[in-house]
Amino acid sequence: MGCTGPTRRQAIASFAVLLSPAADAAVWPADLAAAVAAFTRGAPLREGRVTLEIAELVDNGNAVPLSLSVQSPMTPADHVVAVAVFNERNPQREVALFGFGPRSARAQVSTRIRLATSQKLVAVARMNDGSCWSRTVDVIVTIAACIEGES
Amino acid sequence: MSWRELCRASLALFLLACFIATGATAQSADTRKSGFGSMGAALQAMQRDDGQNPAMLWAADGAALWQRGAGSSGKSCADCHGALPERMRGVASRYPAFDAALGRPLNLGQRINQCVQERQGAPALAAESSSLLSLETAVALQSRGLPLQSAANARLAPFLEQGRQLYAQRIGQLNLSCAQCHDERAGSRLGGSTIVQGHPTGYPVYRLEWQSLGSLQRRLRNCMSGVRAEPYAFGAPELVALELFLARRAAGMPIETPGVRP
Amino acid sequence: MARTLITLPAQIRRDEVIEVRTLVAHPMETGYRPGADGKVLPRDLIRRFSCTFDDGVTKDLVFSAELFAAISANPFLAFPLRATSGGTLIFVWEGDNGFRQTETVALRLA
Repeated sequence: MGCTGPTRRQAIASFAVLLSPAADAAVWPADLAAAVAAFTRGAPLREGRVTLEIAELVDNGNAVPLSLSVQSPMTPADHVVAVAVFNERNPQREVALFGFGPRSARAQVSTRIRLATSQKLVAVARMNDGSCWSRTVDVIVTIAACIEGES
Repeated sequence: MSWRELCRASLALFLLACFIATGATAQSADTRKSGFGSMGAALQAMQRDDGQNPAMLWAADGAALWQRGAGSSGKSCADCHGALPERMRGVASRYPAFDAALGRPLNLGQRINQCVQERQGAPALAAESSSLLSLETAVALQSRGLPLQSAANARLAPFLEQGRQLYAQRIGQLNLSCAQCHDERAGSRLGGSTIVQGHPTGYPVYRLEWQSLGSLQRRLRNCMSGVRAEPYAFGAPELVALELFLARRAAGMPIETPGVRP
Repeated sequence: MARTLITLPAQIRRDEVIEVRTLVAHPMETGYRPGADGKVLPRDLIRRFSCTFDDGVTKDLVFSAELFAAISANPFLAFPLRATSGGTLIFVWEGDNGFRQTETVALRLA
């Protein structure tokens, strides 16, 4: 999984870290908006406090390193409860849901994800007071040009 | 001296000068590069960090298999070879190596399988099986950072020559040779990817396309499919000859095993 | 297949915030991919991950994750932990087809 769908060929060689906020909820497709709403439980969603680190141009959609972090003191009075990551164009919207605890000290996680094609990624953090913060990034996915059937 | 003689002499001097200049330049600039450099920063970090590199799962498995008795002998690799790090350092850098009894070169996986069958008395491990790849990775890891060897061995010469010819031979419906992409067009783009020079410094490699670890022979077979040629079977002498040629072509470059590639 | 690989820093000082790196061997078959015969391979995923810290007195959930098909094969998860004391870290991965893997790692302070 990760090598289907249309690709865009760009000669950008980059490993950009922090990407500027690409879009807000108004341009999300309906199913993405619904998935986010299920997580936020109707709480107002603001952009900010969340950082999504992912390469702008991805070599192979099968394993794309991703790191996210949320600005938060992580004290009992003020902390991140959970962070959810959603995608725009994979077969399924959800990527992962992460939960933190009293020993976390920081709301941070690194993992590797699959991206079927170039698309938006959305990370949403829910705080202990119920407020929600989000970040959206655009990722370009190219596939290897030699399509191999044999293994 | 006639005008013609003067021209000839000048031309000879000019060519001689070019020759010397080229010779000097070739010796001082090694333009060989591993495919590591063509990857983005995130994938490079994935390879460098043993806590992140998925191939280390196989390496850990290999280290465990090294200690496990097998076959009719009940012996483990460690029983004969001793501890993995100390005794296996430098071994992978010498492969493919000549086997006197068989009269031909063997790659590291074939050598391991030879030991499994003949010395442990166990059935051969299947090509690309998790066990064989794990052992290969665990052994090759001990040579990480060491240069691929370049020692000339007269007995390997005919196989090296076979490998060289295979590398230069056009194959498949696309009628392409390895050399046309990996020598002539290395650094150019093929679709969204940069064409690498094709040095076998990181094998066995975790290839994102496979979502798994695999051998150099698997990668060579993929390339053959890519140009719409019928790939040689795993273990075919042609593949070993190619592996030998590629290893010599990369002689002196440091081993990166286990590598990560897109 | 060695099922898991857990990496902690070599030296951990009291109250230091460390990064815990985990790897688990698993194909994370999406359920969308056709096999060699053209038939779709059945979905086979790790669904849940948790890391709990036991300091001998209490067990606290350090980090948890719910994973979906969009998580790559051989899942990698790295997360922070404040090492307030020595203790035991308990890692659990659970998923389809009765998959369950538990690892226990001692956390010792320098």
